[in-house]
Amino acid sequence: MVTRIELDEPKCIAAGQCVMTAPDVFDQRDEDGVAIILEPVPAPEHLDAVRDAVAVCPAAALQLIET
Amino acid sequence: MTDTVPTYPFARPTALDPPAEWEQLRSECPVSKVRMVTGDEALLITRYNDVRELLADPRFTHSLTEAGAAQISTSEDGIFNRDEATMTAGPNHQRWRRMMNKSFTVKRVNAMRPRIAEIANQLIDELIAGGQPGDLQSALGFPLPVFVICELLGVDPNYRDKFSHWSDAMLNLDKFSQAETAKAAMEFQEFMVQHVLDKRAAPGDDLLSELAAIVDSQDGRMTEAELVYTAQGLLVAGHETTANMIGKMVAMLLADRPNRWDRLVADRGLINPAVEETLRLDASSSIDLPRYISEDIEIAGCPIKAGTTVMASLSSGNRDETVYDDAAELRLDRVPNPHLAFGAGPHSCLGQALARTELQVTLTVLLDRLPTLELAVPVEELRRRTGLIVGGIEEVPVRW
Ligand code: HEM
Ligand code: SF4
Repeated sequence: MVTRIELDEPKCIAAGQCVMTAPDVFDQRDEDGVAIILEPVPAPEHLDAVRDAVAVCPAAALQLIET
Repeated sequence: MTDTVPTYPFARPTALDPPAEWEQLRSECPVSKVRMVTGDEALLITRYNDVRELLADPRFTHSLTEAGAAQISTSEDGIFNRDEATMTAGPNHQRWRRMMNKSFTVKRVNAMRPRIAEIANQLIDELIAGGQPGDLQSALGFPLPVFVICELLGVDPNYRDKFSHWSDAMLNLDKFSQAETAKAAMEFQEFMVQHVLDKRAAPGDDLLSELAAIVDSQDGRMTEAELVYTAQGLLVAGHETTANMIGKMVAMLLADRPNRWDRLVADRGLINPAVEETLRLDASSSIDLPRYISEDIEIAGCPIKAGTTVMASLSSGNRDETVYDDAAELRLDRVPNPHLAFGAGPHSCLGQALARTELQVTLTVLLDRLPTLELAVPVEELRRRTGLIVGGIEEVPVRW
């Protein structure tokens, strides 16, 4: 099973909670703070942090798709 | 009938504890009529999911300039009923927000960590020099966020007593008269207009100079009036909320020293979840978030008519037992903690990474410098600040 992160970009309000929670997986664009996903398919050791990041995103802009 | 409508905000049993009404309303009446201090009626929603859903709905904003909107403050000129409030509420909001975001990213805020720690250390030096017991709120809680936001904006922190007064006036609930807030709004306006002129004459490496250059480029991104409003808004928003939260956070952690403070002294890995948990359990964050309902909707099965003002209770939602296990308990290991203290949806706090960082750094420095810190009075004697939209504790007397 593969877990992939999806970002609904227009919803992102650049709160940076994803970057604070899973800094290896998320970053923010310098010009407007919108999230950047560094590891769209996160390494297994990052998965717990990624799940936490998805849960705390205040804009509900992040989703995990499992295929 | 009308005299059975409860008066809002509800009284708190102590400075740290929630009003009993929240739990009762969550279980029995999740959409409840309340009477604001002005006499106007609004609807109060108290459940986590209802609050989150309403805040995520881009159709409804905090702008209460419509004729039928409830007045929540006894004075005009408040942050919710100025015409400029529509800049951050209407279709222009996203454009404004994306322009502001770049100064508040995690990267930018992390770069401020050493400077925030330095400010915290200096203020703690002064607290110690003042002798025991000392008031943590006036020595550290109030000044720290003002210094930080002044540096970010490029505003002289020597004016901080004035800023406090102007902020208080803009966040008035029923503490000030209309004449007092009008005077404060005028002074604040004059100060900012002049300040922006000074920035143009001598630009610095700060946010106001950057925004002034954007205004001057006349590309439609920001007008002069919007710049002044933005600068005022940031000074108010970045100051009072965080200042109050520092005192409340420390008081909550000292209220049960063995299970909270001592565990943090022993394990710094708990600092970040501890900050989040105190934000979640903060029982006097604000009078909650107003939303003007511009078209008919339904919340928790209740029809809400267009023209209604709804107050969304973040603090009640944060204690919703259907969302949190042991919801009333402060637990240092609650991860993830998707609390609502910074709101949710498109208007979720612009400064939240900065606020979190200020709280984390302040707590870290306090644990390092004053591991023996304790409250100098029983918890029940802490007094709430009232009369403003944002709540806090008047004084947090401590020993070390
Ligand atoms: C512990 C500290 C803080 C708390 C609890 C807090 C809370 C909030 C909340 C609940 C909102 C949502 C308002 C709404 O939806 O109507 C908000 C918005 C906002 N906050 Fe904060 N805040 C804090 C610190 C800061 C700081 C440090 C700044 C920055 C300088 C800031 C700037 C703003 C701004 C500009 C908005 C409006 C955002 C928008 O409409 O897009 N806040 N804050
Ligand atoms: S936490 Fe959500 S809103 Fe914030 S930057 Fe990440 S994706 Fe965007």
